Amino acid sequence: MAAEVRRVSPPHCLSASSRLSFRSSFKRFSDLLMQPTSSSSWRKRLAYYFKHGDVLWWTLLTLSVGVVLVLVLWIAWQLWVQSAAARHAFGWQFIWPWAKPVWNPALDKFQAWPAIYGSLITAAIALVLAVPLAVGIAIFLSELAPEWLRAPLNYMVEMLAAIPSVVYGLWGIYVFLPLVVVPLGKALAPLGEIPGLGVFFRGPVPASGFSRLGAALVLVIMILPTIAAVSRDVLQAIPRSQREAALALGATRWETVWKVLLPYGQSGILGAIILGFGRAIGETMAVTMVIGNSAGGGYSILRPGYTMASIIANEFAEAVSEMHTAALIEIGLVLFVLTFLLNALARWLVVNKTIKRA
Amino acid sequence: MTQQPVALNRTDKPAAVASATKMVIRGVSVYYKTFRAIKNVDLPVYENRITAFIGPSGCGKSTLLRTLNRMNDLIPGARVEGKVLLDGEDIYAAGQDVVDIRRRVGMVFQRPNPFPMSVYDNVAFGLRLLGIRQKSILDEVVERSLRAAALWEHVCDNLNQSGMALSGGQQQRLCIARAIAVEPEVILMDEPTSALDPIATLTIEDLLQTLKENFTIVIVTHNMQQAARISDYTAFLSMDDDRAGYLVEFGPTVELFTNPKEKLTEDYITGRFG
Ligand SMILES: Nc1ncnc2c1ncn2[C@@H]1O[C@H](COP(=O)(O)OP(=O)(O)O)[C@@H](O)[C@H]1O
Ligand SMILES: [Mg+2]
Repeated sequence: MAAEVRRVSPPHCLSASSRLSFRSSFKRFSDLLMQPTSSSSWRKRLAYYFKHGDVLWWTLLTLSVGVVLVLVLWIAWQLWVQSAAARHAFGWQFIWPWAKPVWNPALDKFQAWPAIYGSLITAAIALVLAVPLAVGIAIFLSELAPEWLRAPLNYMVEMLAAIPSVVYGLWGIYVFLPLVVVPLGKALAPLGEIPGLGVFFRGPVPASGFSRLGAALVLVIMILPTIAAVSRDVLQAIPRSQREAALALGATRWETVWKVLLPYGQSGILGAIILGFGRAIGETMAVTMVIGNSAGGGYSILRPGYTMASIIANEFAEAVSEMHTAALIEIGLVLFVLTFLLNALARWLVVNKTIKRA
Repeated sequence: MTQQPVALNRTDKPAAVASATKMVIRGVSVYYKTFRAIKNVDLPVYENRITAFIGPSGCGKSTLLRTLNRMNDLIPGARVEGKVLLDGEDIYAAGQDVVDIRRRVGMVFQRPNPFPMSVYDNVAFGLRLLGIRQKSILDEVVERSLRAAALWEHVCDNLNQSGMALSGGQQQRLCIARAIAVEPEVILMDEPTSALDPIATLTIEDLLQTLKENFTIVIVTHNMQQAARISDYTAFLSMDDDRAGYLVEFGPTVELFTNPKEKLTEDYITGRFG
């Protein structure tokens, strides 16, 4: 039993004594590798260690955790160091929403808010549209679809997730922007007259359709299968007994989904949404292809713009001045920190909800 | 199966006292796709009595039980032939509302399956489905149901704790409270104690004796001693060569255990097979 526990609990859960023994057995394992022994006894001892896998298991685990940790810290450090010039030159003004939005490589003046805004607004629109749709698809796939329809539909959802983003970009440029985004943009443009809210809809939408709206809508299609597939798995993992309990109390199918399954799966579905958000905010290729890559445009979703990822992808290769490069790297740093914080927030939400429930 | 003789604790069973027929299973067969799991069963369920289904594993006890509130409807490919009367009306007749039937015939399952919400919300779940929102009514019914399920003393000082945090036996009593909160007429129980320890099992068995004053209870058990201890009527099911379950014998529990009419019943209750 004790051995069993040791195998499954992470190192920090071990008592001091077992940690000691872990370390000493680790030492024995490395000794073993050094020992000049005959091949047959080699094999025997290796077999022993594989059979009583604690040592090997923990070595591998520690190594992989270490590698991930080192990588993350290394990336953060590099972003920090390489962006030093921009950080010193512009300070907090660089990301301040109300600072003057300049992006001028000739004068070496940079301000990142339009790109940050572009990322946030496209990802937010994409989420708002994709989440209800994706959760609906998940509910249909897991709860309502007749048996014969499930396999093909599941396959299609997974196919959608597997399409490379450059293909989405091409399809966006040649099909989606002219056929959907341009007419939709024209329809939304009158909203620009509304005082206050109007800043988000100030037209006109370019004839090509390149716009934040276009990017957001392409993102909807890209994150839809991710959220739908994970939510479906979450729903399917809910025990049958939960459904039976609800139905036996006289719940309809709809009530069962709404009042039992969704609350039961809420943390998992939240995880799916965060995954989708991560994909939306980090998506580079497709967005770069359809967002128009231009500074300005104010807050309007009908105008072209940048996202953090797209501005880096678009300009990094051509950045000549040191400051330009540093500014782009600082945007990378912001993206990194933002993603990190969002994930932490999501994690906190999930844990909070789960703990409240359990 | 145990070899020890079946002990009948209660000889003063009210089975002899006449009781109305609450439900009737008439000529029921159940198919899972092409497999016939239940073959032509006829059986009455008496009001305010405990009826037990016993029989070897896989003979179709659960299947038969689930025909009583149409839970089999949920299984793709499952089909029920025959009639199940509830107060004289066929619940499988066209135009019957499944949701309404399940409200009148509640169910408690083999494994406790509380929702991952508070004790209060678990018990109030069925009432809220009925559209009852008024706090005073909910409070009252929640308390009454938890008392009836012998759980009130254990949870009254924290109704907000998660139902999942209770012990197994308490969870099962919570499920009973949840089922009786909507005041069903019949409660179906599918081996409700098989996942519990002996003490929790006894608590639930005692509980059933008080519950039957207000409800009609049908319970599946593969534990003969339990059937003998708690039930007023017993139906013994077995299966034939093609694995289709059928009713071997039905009668007052005392009679069935002390003086079985069928050789097969006698063999089963004396532990010679099953
Ligand atoms: N959902 C199902 N699909 C197909 N066959 C089933 C299903 N449920 C039960 N069966 C079959 O029906 C028979 C009776 O099962 P069940 O009613 O669970 O028996 P018991 O409760 O007496 O152990 C068994 O042979 C079982 O394999
Ligand atoms: Mg069963």
